[in-house]
Amino acid sequence: MIRPHFPTRFLQWGTPMRERTSGRTVGGFRNLFLQGPAVTLLLLWMLVPLGMTLWFSFQRYNLINPMISGFAGWDNYTYLLTDPALWTAMGNTLLLVGWVLAISVIGGTLLAVLFQQEFFGRGIARLLVIAPFFVMPTVGALVWKNMLMHPVNGVFAWLSNLLGLPVIDWFSSMPLTSIIIIVSWQWMPFALLILLTAIQSLDDDQVEAARMDGAGPLAIFWFITLPHLKRAISVVIMIEMIFLLTIFAEIFVTTSGGPGLASTNLAYFIYIRALLDFDVGGASAGGVIAIILANIVAIFLIRTVAKNLET
Amino acid sequence: MNPTMTKKLLLTLLAWGIALIVFFPIFWMILTGFKTEGEAVATPPSLFFEPTLAGYHTVMARADYLKFALNSIVISFGSTLLALIVAIPAAYSMAFLPTKRTQGTLLWMLSTKMLPPVGVLMPVYLLFRDMGLLDSQLGLTIVYMLMNLPIVVWMLYTFFKDIPKDILEAGRMDGAGTVQEVLYLLLPLTLPGIASTGLLSVILSWNEAFWSLNLTTSDAAPLTAFIASFSSPEGLFWAKLSAASTLAIAPILIFGWMTQKQMVRGLTFGAVK
Amino acid sequence: MYLKHVLPLAGAATLASFAAHAETITVATVNNNDMIIMQGLTDEFEKAHPDIDLEWVVLEENVLRQRLTTDIATDGGQFDVMTVGTYEVPIWAKQDWLVELDDLPESYNEDDLIKPIRDGLSQDGSLYALPFYGESSMMYYRTDLFEKAGIEMSDQPTWDQVQDWASQINDPDNDVYGICLRGKPGWGENMAFVSTLVNTFGGRWFDEDWHPEINSPEWKEAVSFYVDLMNKYGPPGATSNGFNENQALFSSGKCGMWVDATSAAGKFYDADESQVADKLGFAPAPIAKTPKGSNWLWSWTLAIPTSSDSKDAAKTFITWATSQEYIELVGEKEGWTSVPPGTRESTYENPKYQEAAPFADFVLNAIQTADPTDSTLKPSPYIGVQTVNIPEFQSVGTQVGQMIGAALSGEQSVDAALDQAQRSVERTMRQAGYYD
Repeated sequence: MIRPHFPTRFLQWGTPMRERTSGRTVGGFRNLFLQGPAVTLLLLWMLVPLGMTLWFSFQRYNLINPMISGFAGWDNYTYLLTDPALWTAMGNTLLLVGWVLAISVIGGTLLAVLFQQEFFGRGIARLLVIAPFFVMPTVGALVWKNMLMHPVNGVFAWLSNLLGLPVIDWFSSMPLTSIIIIVSWQWMPFALLILLTAIQSLDDDQVEAARMDGAGPLAIFWFITLPHLKRAISVVIMIEMIFLLTIFAEIFVTTSGGPGLASTNLAYFIYIRALLDFDVGGASAGGVIAIILANIVAIFLIRTVAKNLET
Repeated sequence: MNPTMTKKLLLTLLAWGIALIVFFPIFWMILTGFKTEGEAVATPPSLFFEPTLAGYHTVMARADYLKFALNSIVISFGSTLLALIVAIPAAYSMAFLPTKRTQGTLLWMLSTKMLPPVGVLMPVYLLFRDMGLLDSQLGLTIVYMLMNLPIVVWMLYTFFKDIPKDILEAGRMDGAGTVQEVLYLLLPLTLPGIASTGLLSVILSWNEAFWSLNLTTSDAAPLTAFIASFSSPEGLFWAKLSAASTLAIAPILIFGWMTQKQMVRGLTFGAVK
Repeated sequence: MYLKHVLPLAGAATLASFAAHAETITVATVNNNDMIIMQGLTDEFEKAHPDIDLEWVVLEENVLRQRLTTDIATDGGQFDVMTVGTYEVPIWAKQDWLVELDDLPESYNEDDLIKPIRDGLSQDGSLYALPFYGESSMMYYRTDLFEKAGIEMSDQPTWDQVQDWASQINDPDNDVYGICLRGKPGWGENMAFVSTLVNTFGGRWFDEDWHPEINSPEWKEAVSFYVDLMNKYGPPGATSNGFNENQALFSSGKCGMWVDATSAAGKFYDADESQVADKLGFAPAPIAKTPKGSNWLWSWTLAIPTSSDSKDAAKTFITWATSQEYIELVGEKEGWTSVPPGTRESTYENPKYQEAAPFADFVLNAIQTADPTDSTLKPSPYIGVQTVNIPEFQSVGTQVGQMIGAALSGEQSVDAALDQAQRSVERTMRQAGYYD
């Protein structure tokens, strides 16, 4: 198949396949070489800032007040962990991630089934429905805030007036819900894109056979389509979760975490510490807590998802 | 009318209805960009109006759009290229030479993405200052490369794992070394997958708005920074904001639409098959 | 050795800028109207100073503040001219972060700068920043609505009167709301207004030992009044309305009254942008128990960070942008209502300005009566009318602002919100070492 016309000995740093099962050390060496750059870079990316973050988290370090300095011990941590706002922020983070995941996975699956059907202008309709994924989160949030959800000039307010319904003041009466709506609008198309892809590889014969046996569309969806999508759904959950845990721009642009703490998530909470209070020590402690949380989530949730991916 | 036709019509109606609702915010934004400021806030909203380019003129006069756009292109494609170069060997070894630690490494890589960037802003800012990387395309390129690396590695890994082992085995029997194996066998087979991974990485880099705002000032500022100067109202600002937003998302939206077939085709090979 | 511009495209850009042979200075500024006019006059400046090129970084206020503080505190050197507020200047000057401006040219005429503004930017007698525009707060109202309701505006309105008037002119069915006030959380947004309200209700931020008084009876009375007033006669979505949003609302005729920055006045007289140009009235900021601290004092200023590489060019620029000539240039080019107000007495003596801006004397008086050193009924340890000029205030103001936002939206009761705010301010002050 491949006939290299030059001596390949130099290039053959790997061991032949047959020996690999026994020779783990050699394989390990080769792994090191191949994964080296990626792992090293990420390690550096993780460790250098992380190392500095850890160091700062034990310092009294406020950007705008250099008078405050010196070793802080566990002060930054106790200060943060006793702050009731931290727990609210964590709760909001989980709510946000959970709801958006649920909406985008369920909505994405249903839409994928719909957009898989034959209908007129399917190509263009598909382009329109995945478009929000390409839009910058900042822009998306600005459009929703100023042109749709605005209680005086927004399209929603006008629609409510038209239908004789009370105007909803989205960002003050249901801040977290509003953000969930905006974020879902951005991420559901991504789920749709992935799930639509997956659904296309569904074996038509199998569906046909089931139909012959008298299975209705619901049964086909439940017993054939859904199991087939299991792996794709896991992919969606995993990728989205990574991004949703650190949602920031949408909150920054719309509610600034308020009113009160109603829409403050962990990322925004750390932002307040770091860039509104300029308390680098406290923000670093927050960062460390976020890393620990991220790893707990990684172990806990991704493991279960990853199991799905193995098959 | 026969029942299949009726069904098809109903489906068309439903699917288009949903597509239009989902697309409406973008449509509305594009439309508002061509209104005057007065029309932009009019109640009831005006659908029919005489289009004006006034908003675009103001935006263009205030900021050098092409410079921002060029930065966005260089940074998002540059970082994607770098990420692919680093990720391909890593994904290769994880897929074909798995060890006990492979899963763990992969999960660890992904978990690095869950750290809120704001938590490490200060250290990174200080490092960049000392290395002269503030406000440079290279600096942001590196950050984006690192930011997307875990996802890129993971996606490539799923693509590589799906390559039938016997093909590689056959190649090896013929005396192909690792480099040939990767270059002549693996890459051609997984090219669609690599392409869609790259596309995803370009989109994510293009839309990232935290690092770009904090690590650049003017020379290397991409379109997300361009938007930031229009994002808060000064008097009536809806038309200007819409025009600026349309300019900022147009390249990536068109790029995304043009490549979405490719993206879907690539994805069918790997993780979501 | 610097890694900058390694990529070919960046290299090309650098070559292009070298070719011009001019010193480039990076100016960071807010996207407020007056600054955008300044950016629009770039060509005028570069024509007069061919050896200097201006590079603009225009950002919204919050993003700008965070970028500038990060940069100046880490000595990043990314900017040559920074747009900062009266709050930052004394704090940053004390840290030696700003260049002392002690050798300004004779023609600049420092003595022309309005005194309270100038004092706020000086440390031991020398200036550390030059005021670009200055403002106090006052009340705007719609003369047509007042006439229709048969209301007579008084020389010094009180908040009780304001509440009464708001109830009379409030007409939500026709999209007219009795009163618009800031509700968007932030120390420079809702707290600027709420602080003045608390001042005039007799409250203060801190007692003389730096213990916060956020849940004192005065605060509770003031904030309850504010929340009640806004819920009854305010526009929907008040918690997202800051200065700019309210300005848009008022100029499109949706507010009967508005208490906010004097710097909005010019824009309202511009008939192209405003629907209320011919029915605009103004009055001093309303008072309650005391007139002390009922109107704020703020200015946006241009300063040079010590980390700048082009201090001389930067100085040339900031003296130009805050000079009398600049004000005249804007007057000629953009119209006299668009000139940056509140910085120079000569502006207010200018007949052209007086003619175009009937509010001129009024604004000057408001600015001159604001006294940051004595703005609370009970004695306080701090300087500032709507701010407390200590580094911790950004944090404190943000926290309290969030809580008052929660009270305004009904998320929490006023008492609960203020109690929570009090606790968090106590934590911050203790953490900062004001007391144990």
